[in-house]
Amino acid sequence: MTKPAVAADQDGAGGGARKVPGRGSGAVRDRRRAVSGRLRGGELGLLPVLAGLVVIWVVMQILNPVFLSSANLTNLALESVPSGIIALGVVCVLLVGQIDLSVGSVSGLGAAVLAVLFVDRGLPAWVAAGAALALAGVIGWLYAQVHHRIGVPSFVITLGGLLGFLGVQLWLLGPKGSINLPFDSGLVTFAQLQFLPPWAAYTLVVVGAAALYATGAARAGERRRAGLDAASRQFLAGRSLALLAGLGAAVWYLNRDRGVGWMFVFFLALVLALHYVLSRTSFGRSMYAVGGGREAARRAGVKVRAVLTTAFVLCATLACLGGMLSAARLAAANQSSGGGDVNLNAIAAAVIGGTSLFGGRGSAFAALLGVLVIQSISSGLTLLNLDSAYRFMVTGGVLLLAVSLDAVARRSRVSHGRA
Amino acid sequence: MSAESSPSPPGAPSVRATPREPLLSLRGISKSFGAVAALTDVALDVAAGEVVALVGDNGAGKSTLVKVLSGVHRPDAGTVRFDGRAVTVPSPGAAQRLGIATVFQDLALCENLNVVENLFLGREMRRLRLDEVAMEVRSRALLGELSAKIPSVRTPVAALSGGQRQTVAIARSLLGDPKVIILDEPTAALGVAQTAEVLRLIERLRERGLGILMVSHDMADVRAVADTVAVLRLGRNNGVFDAVGTTAADLVAAITGATDDLVVRRPGRSRGGSAAGTAEATREGEAS
Repeated sequence: MTKPAVAADQDGAGGGARKVPGRGSGAVRDRRRAVSGRLRGGELGLLPVLAGLVVIWVVMQILNPVFLSSANLTNLALESVPSGIIALGVVCVLLVGQIDLSVGSVSGLGAAVLAVLFVDRGLPAWVAAGAALALAGVIGWLYAQVHHRIGVPSFVITLGGLLGFLGVQLWLLGPKGSINLPFDSGLVTFAQLQFLPPWAAYTLVVVGAAALYATGAARAGERRRAGLDAASRQFLAGRSLALLAGLGAAVWYLNRDRGVGWMFVFFLALVLALHYVLSRTSFGRSMYAVGGGREAARRAGVKVRAVLTTAFVLCATLACLGGMLSAARLAAANQSSGGGDVNLNAIAAAVIGGTSLFGGRGSAFAALLGVLVIQSISSGLTLLNLDSAYRFMVTGGVLLLAVSLDAVARRSRVSHGRA
Repeated sequence: MSAESSPSPPGAPSVRATPREPLLSLRGISKSFGAVAALTDVALDVAAGEVVALVGDNGAGKSTLVKVLSGVHRPDAGTVRFDGRAVTVPSPGAAQRLGIATVFQDLALCENLNVVENLFLGREMRRLRLDEVAMEVRSRALLGELSAKIPSVRTPVAALSGGQRQTVAIARSLLGDPKVIILDEPTAALGVAQTAEVLRLIERLRERGLGILMVSHDMADVRAVADTVAVLRLGRNNGVFDAVGTTAADLVAAITGATDDLVVRRPGRSRGGSAAGTAEATREGEAS
């Protein structure tokens, strides 16, 4: 079953039925009522995006039977990674109630810096990548400083950054405008050719399901010992088995083609890491607090400026990382790296995944699911031989739908006295 | 904190008539903003287990006094004694470390976070792997002690009523184990039932032996819960009243200065400054 409660900012124990030792059934009833009330009150969590993903996949499969083939899904997974990583950064800035419109330009700049240092200057790949990431970090820091000290809204600062860093990218690439990355470099093989051997992929699935059960059971045990309501063993086991079956089937299906790319595993690891930070650390808690009420967070002793700065730095760094992987996948950095629809796809992915534009709501999984939606549309329409004109129109429509859903949910929260 | 804690045993109810060493004592506090004198030579005492209401018209200096006590403003002159020692309150953090907690009128809660998350915001337990269990247990215990009617500690604050939010804000201030709590307009914008809920909560805080300074506009609330009423007018003390036996009309007169003329008011003011806690003398001066 899916978890309707937003996993990131709730206690993480999930929404299903629970057992309450020694406290009667009142707490269970409370919990159920809380969950259904939350749904009606506009706390939609990840439900709409999951439903949307299923609808898109069914429609695309009907339109073109190639869509759900192993080969296409393998490709789809790899294609999702660069935009998905950029979307993770966008989730961070949206959570604290800001926005970064320059993620596309910063990702293109990252690709250009990587290519110039790695190919033209002949530096080792990790030095080039490190330099690009450091530059992106400085860019994020700069945004935050302008925001704090001069008080310019992040919307405008990053709009300036969108143009400015596109200029820097073009200047760096020089008159030739394109730098090819060598095909035998580690970067390119990582992004194009490296797939998990089947045994490793299945091992990861089993480890993941076991870890989900182990952490869930440990937390439930701790809660039970403290006399709080906790998830039942059946629920935890069912959840882990569902994950095991789902991921196992996915791996089996992808393994009929090339398999699961290392780059996709890397993306999943980033999603899980950000999820941990957002839901289990005081820093993540303060990000939600700053997005939900900046003044309240400041009064509670949250260092608002530090949180905002970190969010901007995280966003720019992740954008740069996504841009470098995109260049590696293409085996080139050129003038259109990070241009076109990269910017808006990343922001759209975060919003479609359920991150609120109004701040304080969302999770790391929003980036994962949102980017799958965006890439599915893109891949499906490409398979239909429709050019990018239609792709833009459909993606725009889906984005509008997602934003409307966010606004309607917010209004529903207001009318239920929850916002 | 310090060894010689509050003078009253926790169970003891109010002690309005007995003069004793106050927990918090201000003398000669003055504060100007440019040419505007917001506070002039103000005195105020709050004892443990006592509810002192601070009343006054708009611009009388209540908010400034609260901000001086909570470390937002530094006074230009005057002394603050807390728990028998002369102290300074240079910052909000310093106020909290001393044991002075302030609940501001806008409560400063994050609506997207639930009750536990709000209670522990900025002071989470185990910062790198949040100890949700311990925080939830502590929250339940604390709200239980206050007999708070909160549906579930995992409810987002946005779903709570005004009275419940006030309760959460007060509970949060209690986490730092304060000795004095300053409540800024705790019943403003609340319905009748919710106001009653908050007033009951204030009485429970008094039973715990806390000193409470409550800023309020509502004379009915003040007379319902306060032991002592301190009146500010135009940035100066304008009398300290025993809440029992003082009519609302008396208070309103002191707040607005409506019944006094210039001749009577002048001596009344200076006496109000020194006679904190002994209400009767001041009242005679006022009432004539």
